[in-house]
Amino acid sequence: MTAVNPKARRAGAAVSGLDVAKIRQDFPILGQTVHGKPLVYLDNAATSQKPQAVIDTLVRYYTTENANIHRGVHALSQMATEEYEGVRTKVRQLLNAAEDREIIFVRGTTEAINLVAQAYGRQNIGPEDEIVISAMEHHSNIVPWQMLCQERGARLRVAPCNDAGELLLDDYQRLLGPRTKLVSMVHVSNALGTINPAKQIVELAHRWGAPVLLDGAQAAPHMSIDVQALGCDFYAFSGHKLYGPTGIGILYGRAALLEAMPPYQGGGDMIRSVTYEKTLYNTLPYKFEAGTPHIAGVIGLGAAIDYVNAIGLDRIAAYEEELRQYGTKCLSTISGLRLVGTAKEKAGILSFVMEQAHPHDIGTILDAEGIAIRTGHHCAQPLMERLGVAATARASLSFYNTREEIDALVKGIDRVIEVFS
Amino acid sequence: MSELSDLYQVILLEHNHKPRNFRKLDNPDRTADGFNPLCGDRISLYLKVNDGIIADVGFQGTGCAISRASASMMTQSIKGKSVAQAEELFQGFRKMLTEPGAPTNEELLGDLEMLSGVVQFPVRIKCAILAWHTLRAALEGKEVASTE
Repeated sequence: MTAVNPKARRAGAAVSGLDVAKIRQDFPILGQTVHGKPLVYLDNAATSQKPQAVIDTLVRYYTTENANIHRGVHALSQMATEEYEGVRTKVRQLLNAAEDREIIFVRGTTEAINLVAQAYGRQNIGPEDEIVISAMEHHSNIVPWQMLCQERGARLRVAPCNDAGELLLDDYQRLLGPRTKLVSMVHVSNALGTINPAKQIVELAHRWGAPVLLDGAQAAPHMSIDVQALGCDFYAFSGHKLYGPTGIGILYGRAALLEAMPPYQGGGDMIRSVTYEKTLYNTLPYKFEAGTPHIAGVIGLGAAIDYVNAIGLDRIAAYEEELRQYGTKCLSTISGLRLVGTAKEKAGILSFVMEQAHPHDIGTILDAEGIAIRTGHHCAQPLMERLGVAATARASLSFYNTREEIDALVKGIDRVIEVFS
Repeated sequence: MSELSDLYQVILLEHNHKPRNFRKLDNPDRTADGFNPLCGDRISLYLKVNDGIIADVGFQGTGCAISRASASMMTQSIKGKSVAQAEELFQGFRKMLTEPGAPTNEELLGDLEMLSGVVQFPVRIKCAILAWHTLRAALEGKEVASTE
């Protein structure tokens, strides 16, 4: 599996100019075999694989540069600080945020959402106030708000979706009102791939003065994001789905909002001065970065952003869309298979159920063929209930996947049908 | 691939296709619901116990082939047995699934041995054992069992 079939190369090249065969060589893990079969990794929505550039950066950092940041006068500390802060600029550019200080390093999307719930929510949301989410949220964009609502006596409202998994904008609009104090919505659904109309969601919420958080965990790795054009107030994503290390993620927040928010956690680095009588908090973004951060993770994320930028997110999006359409076409021809999530605007996620077999059995049989997919409720149980399925099998695509891998998936599904016939 | 055919044995697939005792009992005297939160498998178990003997048993629910077949085979194996015997079966069954290479008591387990292939698929053990946890919950008077 070190060399991809030349057909894949042509397929990639035809649409987006991606040299997928060459790209695959940047990802050492893709050359592996699993159960004696070439690995077909189609679980990118869970986590993406890492290019050699990211792995090398982590090794280089720990080998030559490891030091704590923001406090050392020595050379290593200054190098580490410079590189760490340099990544903040890279993230700012990636999201087209206005200022570096609007970029907060966190552990991941989950922590970003919890930060907003705790620091913004507890200060600004009170009894009878309402928080609006959608019917296709990941548990990480449900539970922090439930916790906040319980604590503050506020109410969680859920904007419904249709059977295709598309947000019903009219219903969403009707939920908004003077009591709406925050809207938190997924940009791209992890379970279905639906791309939500983020700009419209933001505009409608802003009419009522409600700030909007967008959960970009599945969007940031697959499309260009411009937080100023979207108009959102907060944007969250995880480094590990963007080809970077685990344990590092981003919260973007508009400076005015972040300035007004109390700190999330107390500790070192987030203070300007401490006495037993009074502590003065540090300025943005450090106010929200208590303790020694995941320095290696940040620097690794920087390498991932460089890698993705070198290919180009627009080309990535175009290639993945081509692959999604091919996958949709192939899966649609399989008798007994039904795609779950058929929104018009969709990212590279193919969620499906089969008459012949339960998703877990599909997952086990595909695994035996070396094909990695996700099965289950995808941390979106309320959405599964809405769509009337207990679980789905989900193949999620990346720019390093090929048409041949989709063909392998189809063959694997044939095998499922064979076992269960 | 031989491991896969060990897992999906014909008899297991047959139980999945046509589960035995797949019904709700009228007036059961013990019931419990079982959940496998990771996978979303769920089962409702209904029992009639007379003088310490499991006189009748039924189940309903949704889940993968392993959980469904295991539940079906469990109902067959415990019907008519004493509560103590059912517990002994549970212990033997669990040992078979969690201790690779340990000798299995074929005499005790009977058809349940057809699920021995699960031992090679650690992530699927929870699917196979869900019905048994639910049985124990029902016998102990708990209403909900979870594999987590």
